Amino acid sequence: MRLEPRSERSLLLTLGFPLLALLVAALFAALLVMLAGANPFTVFALILKGSLGSRFAVMETLTRATPLIFTGLAAAVAFRAKLWNIGGEAQFYAGAVMTVVLGTGLLPLPAPVLLPVLMLAAMLGGAVLLYAPALMKTRFGVDEVVTTLLFNFIFLLLVSLLLEGPLKDPMGLGWPQSKKVVEAAQLPRLVKGLRLHWGFVLALAAAAVVWFIDRKTVLGYEMRAVGHNARAAQFAGIPVARVIARTALISGGLAALGGFSEVAGLKGNLTLDLSPGFGYTGIVVAMLALLHPLGVIAAAIFVAAVFVGADAMSRSAGVPSYIAHVMVASALLTMVTAVMFTRYRLRWR
Amino acid sequence: MDVITILFTTALWAAAIRIASPLIFATLGELLCERAGVINLGIEGIMTVGAFAGWITVYAGFGLWAGVVVAALAGALFGLLHAVLVVPLGLSQHVTGIGITLLASSLAYYFYRLALPEVTSPPKIEPFQPWAVPGLSDLPFVGEALFRQTPLTYLAFVMVALVAWLLARTPLGLAIKAVGENPAAAEAQGINVIAVRIGAVVAGSALMGVGGAFLTLSAFNSFFFDMINGRGWISVALVVFGSWRPGKALVGALLFGLFDAYQLRLQQWAGAVVPYQLFLMLPYVLSIIALILVSRRAAYPRALMVPYHKGER
Repeated sequence: MRLEPRSERSLLLTLGFPLLALLVAALFAALLVMLAGANPFTVFALILKGSLGSRFAVMETLTRATPLIFTGLAAAVAFRAKLWNIGGEAQFYAGAVMTVVLGTGLLPLPAPVLLPVLMLAAMLGGAVLLYAPALMKTRFGVDEVVTTLLFNFIFLLLVSLLLEGPLKDPMGLGWPQSKKVVEAAQLPRLVKGLRLHWGFVLALAAAAVVWFIDRKTVLGYEMRAVGHNARAAQFAGIPVARVIARTALISGGLAALGGFSEVAGLKGNLTLDLSPGFGYTGIVVAMLALLHPLGVIAAAIFVAAVFVGADAMSRSAGVPSYIAHVMVASALLTMVTAVMFTRYRLRWR
Repeated sequence: MDVITILFTTALWAAAIRIASPLIFATLGELLCERAGVINLGIEGIMTVGAFAGWITVYAGFGLWAGVVVAALAGALFGLLHAVLVVPLGLSQHVTGIGITLLASSLAYYFYRLALPEVTSPPKIEPFQPWAVPGLSDLPFVGEALFRQTPLTYLAFVMVALVAWLLARTPLGLAIKAVGENPAAAEAQGINVIAVRIGAVVAGSALMGVGGAFLTLSAFNSFFFDMINGRGWISVALVVFGSWRPGKALVGALLFGLFDAYQLRLQQWAGAVVPYQLFLMLPYVLSIIALILVSRRAAYPRALMVPYHKGER
């Protein structure tokens, strides 16, 4: 058995295989649902209804997709340059911490000034957090997968420390939570009475900017070259270490912007459960989007719909909402397999 | 008790070995995968599955050793999935590994909730009890620290010797090392690269599963969410720290266990002044520092993360 590159890729294959991948993931989920003693059709219908079935549901899905667009972009940018940033979770919290440190009354500025300042500060926080592992990679040859993963644990403990110490809200009834950000530091709602906020628009803009960097700038070209073959890029005169460092700054900044958006647009303060794994789910989003910046938007909405829908479904159908995590993870695996088969065909001899 | 005298208590050393045990299994497992040229980032999820599978087996009324076997089989199953995706199909080992971790842990949580929908405090099982090695456990100091552990800890040490022997002294070990260093040359020697790599990943993942089961069957007596808590990732770091050698990896895991046991005691001693989170950070920080120290001259298996396609150059 061996793999043989396909000489031509028909549109049918390029679209058909990814769809088949989602179908296989759905079948697997259906099997698990049946094990729970529920009817998969009812469950899928409930998931669809809970995520897209009403105006409220759609808004809720888009709200949930917002942080995932940011962390998905962060992963996509890094993975394109083969910088394996698995630390999106820590960078996300870094952005949230910066927002809370500066946004709870320290800077007496009007909203049009304060919001950009907070955004920049948040991005800086996340950028620094990924810059360190990137330096360790280029200087000492330390595998960034392990360091960024370990940083997640370290930074979450730091957040816990801050929330029980300097950032603790004295009025928080003893809960480890920060003070609410001041009104000037809040992103307004997009629609009155619903939770969707301007962070969503910011996320779309971020995707557009990343697309622009990727396609229209020298840096984007260099990032792709490094990702494709770092040694060849080096040989062609591309400063690989510098490109990796810049990729790290952009990727870390994007994930952190997600943390800013979640605090300033939705939650208002920082708690230890601000992110239910947005950093890790961002990796899935990026892979489902085939690392395409604009595809990240669609993938994030899809993943968010699964999560929002499964939450609603589990309340009424009695299937554990962890089914959403299973669906998303199996979709990741079937999708990367499908993409491989659009490029190669299997020969049995 | 002050900072220095803690070091001379048998309780500290016994705890160090207890903390090191799951890491020894997991590190050996990862080492086996990487020696064959495959990095297995499914480790964190595979350990979660092992912890859950072992626990639910015992909870369902089977014996503790049945739990260990089921944990190993569950680990092997996810190892097989990882191996099939990255070895013959050549998918990115990083992405697939993360995917395996997400899939394996979410499946464990799903089935946990399915089996126990309404529980708030996790139900307990009767875990492995310490077993005093006759004779040796009466030795002063060493006896109490080393030879009054649970059976799984002794198994961990046996596995180190076994894996070291396998890699150094057997044709199979030579084949594993060959496919991790130079698969084309191995193929020319008549070794089936794909089969050896898959086998190594499956066996390594079984060890990871047992490492996870140590937590539910030996260290604690119940399964709870996020209980692996980065131990898998730390094991990946320990493999690098141990230069891909079972003996050195054992030393790394023991050092780590000692350090962790020591910080737990320091925490009680200095907890009033220093926030406990700083102590909890130390193991992760230590892993990163260890990586920085060894990575520059680390001798990675040369074909690590390089997919092998027969007949391609």
